[in-house]
Amino acid sequence: MSSKPKVAFYWCASCGGCEEAVVDLAEDILEVVKLVDIVFWPVAMDFKKRDVEALPDKSINIAFINGAIRTSEQEEIAYLLREKSQLIIAFGSCACFGGIPALANLYSKFEVLNDVYIESPTVDNAAKFLPQTTSIDNNGKQIELPEFYSQVRALDEIISVDYYLPGCAPTPKLIANTINMLLGDNLPTAGSTLLPDIALCEECPRKDSKPTDLSITEYKRICENLVDPEKCLLAQGFLCMGPITRSGCEALCIKGNMPCTGCLGPTSRVVDFGAKAVSMFASLSSGKNEEEIEKNYAQVMDPVGTFYRYHLSKSLLRGKLERGI
Amino acid sequence: MEQQLKRKVSIDPITRLEGHGRIEIFFDDNKNVERAYLQIPELRGFEKFCEGRLPEDMPQITSRICGVCPTAHHIASAKTLDKLFHVETTPTAKKIRELVYNAFMFEDHALHFYILGGPDFIVGPGAPKELRNVIGVIQKVGTDIAKQLISIRKRNRELISYLGGKVIHPVLGLPGGVAKGIDEDELSKIKQLAQDNLEFALFTLDTFKRIILENTEYLNLVTSPAYTHQTYYMGMVDSENRVNFYDGMIRVVDPNGKESIKFDPQEYRNHIGEHVEPWTYIKFCYLKKVGWKGFKDGIDSGIYCVAPLGRLNACEGMATPKAQQAYEEYIKTLGKPVHYTLATHWARIIEIIYASERMIELVNDPEITGKDLRNIPSKVGKIGIAAVEAPRGTLFHHYETDSKGLLRKVNLIVATQNNAGRISLSIDKSAKELIKNGDGNIPDELLNKIEMAFRAYDPCFGCATHYLPSKLPFTITLRDSQGKIIKRIF
Repeated sequence: MSSKPKVAFYWCASCGGCEEAVVDLAEDILEVVKLVDIVFWPVAMDFKKRDVEALPDKSINIAFINGAIRTSEQEEIAYLLREKSQLIIAFGSCACFGGIPALANLYSKFEVLNDVYIESPTVDNAAKFLPQTTSIDNNGKQIELPEFYSQVRALDEIISVDYYLPGCAPTPKLIANTINMLLGDNLPTAGSTLLPDIALCEECPRKDSKPTDLSITEYKRICENLVDPEKCLLAQGFLCMGPITRSGCEALCIKGNMPCTGCLGPTSRVVDFGAKAVSMFASLSSGKNEEEIEKNYAQVMDPVGTFYRYHLSKSLLRGKLERGI
Repeated sequence: MEQQLKRKVSIDPITRLEGHGRIEIFFDDNKNVERAYLQIPELRGFEKFCEGRLPEDMPQITSRICGVCPTAHHIASAKTLDKLFHVETTPTAKKIRELVYNAFMFEDHALHFYILGGPDFIVGPGAPKELRNVIGVIQKVGTDIAKQLISIRKRNRELISYLGGKVIHPVLGLPGGVAKGIDEDELSKIKQLAQDNLEFALFTLDTFKRIILENTEYLNLVTSPAYTHQTYYMGMVDSENRVNFYDGMIRVVDPNGKESIKFDPQEYRNHIGEHVEPWTYIKFCYLKKVGWKGFKDGIDSGIYCVAPLGRLNACEGMATPKAQQAYEEYIKTLGKPVHYTLATHWARIIEIIYASERMIELVNDPEITGKDLRNIPSKVGKIGIAAVEAPRGTLFHHYETDSKGLLRKVNLIVATQNNAGRISLSIDKSAKELIKNGDGNIPDELLNKIEMAFRAYDPCFGCATHYLPSKLPFTITLRDSQGKIIKRIF
């Protein structure tokens, strides 16, 4: 075995975008491969779980884990990698905050039972079969499936996390910076988020067109209005999460002429992203009495999907649970 | 119980694919494979949690079903919004969407050939696992080619970023158009990229022919019974029954190559059913016309195949000259329909050629730099359905709204789900053909050859497990040999 630092990549409840982001290191990946040995990376390499189990404890220098935790299998691998690794990085917004899959916390498992396997318009399931944690096939063989938990959880609700790199997905530049930082001699403060601790507006190309005394009388829907490609989106009446979202992505969505939806999460001073988003909304709205604020608020048709799109696992309000399930 | 466990070999996790999966191989008393299962042990929950969302947020929310093919979901969703909002896309916006889409098909297919599936051939199915990956590919093809691959992938992804803001989860799609257009100054760069794509696609075809077709051992592997199934095939076609990724009718041919069904994506519910099994979270699509007849192939089984192998069987040709030429050679060599699963790798390269040529057509269309990017809808309707051809097969989005115009019902048939039945057949058959007298110590090469049976499809089990788990009680279901429930133990 070579003496190069060992690195692992793993995915839990995720889309694979964080894996693509690593591949998007492009020519830099050749450098990374020179510097480290990748010992586990299911999307690209054939090392299996048993290969990781065979490694000595703490022998992996850095494990990047993306995705939220939904199943017993994901939890098991998170524990395994914690045992085998010196540093665990919560990689991407799902691992950091639950991400978009955490919107599932709005519904209990029970509520979707009929919807998915029985009532979906294309499902033909008169016998009302459901996938089972244990089933027996025609030959009498027992087949197991991992258990599903009632909630989608962020990685640090399962194991201790050393650093956070949010983003949906983190950009290759941020990934390269992180790898260099972690392979260097001066490790950042334990538990920190490896991004600048300032709001996105600071690096927004439309920063100069943002009025200092913003007062929004009418919130516009993006599908019903054309967007001026130069002017601050909030100044145009579109809900942009720039003021409360951490910077680091280089305002990519805004460069695509669409508002920021908050995927990098809040700065360190904010506990609950959605609560902060509501507070921002209230302070930007022109309405000053309750009635006017209500009127403004009614223009936000889907508050959860707008304010908590990536952060529901980390919300103080959590989600919906049914007891006894 | 202990006896039983010894008669099982697991491949966990299966690797070089998108998403989660494991293979469980069970042996009979004679140490032969009784049944091999590909299980999908992961789920998220899009259809349910999309309820209550704003329709215009769907292109960005559903792209998170898959970060490998976000553009497929994003564009399928934007097309669904066109239907839901009763709005036509402007001609320029339609061309921009299709340009982005073909750049995506190019880089996604190239990723599969060089990084996911290709290592099995380029490095070899029995190469040590430390090398049976992109690092091994680089060693084999040389750093220069590797740099070319990296550069062409990067440039295509930069084009998607330029128009979509981000490449992983782009933001361009809106009902009736796109958020951003093409600057005249950028056009020459994009034209050059389209040309370079074609050159790289043709180079990839040559590489494929040199490494695989000229190697008798590989060719025998491709055409061996372990990797062969006679099923129905599905793909989207234009008015002349040629492959189209962005728009068209859905055409299905039977195992003899005869047209069986041709339908508008709006009608998908009349033609596609989903079957549920207790041992996996994936749902298995089948043709309603034929019916679900269990895990078997043939003309009497509703199992069908999508993605490159399915598309090239379901069409009558390719819409661009170099792709057509490559298609003709493919059919001449393998016959039609092509039933060899591993031939999917070849079909995928033919599609890379088509994507490049289609990009060249689009960037040379004067409308591509038009400024009319969006038609603003005047109302939101009750229902929207649309489809695209994702790299991994036909992808349907279906949204319904409530009285406030928020989503109340979402149904998605994703690419890999269409292929789930056939992939299951492939794993079982390859295990049975390849492993004889298995005593529990199966050589790594053989296990990898079983994995090759799913890898050819380039499945995306992230996509396929977008739906949310239902209540999952600990239940044992006993069934007879016909699959009928005898008893359930709670």
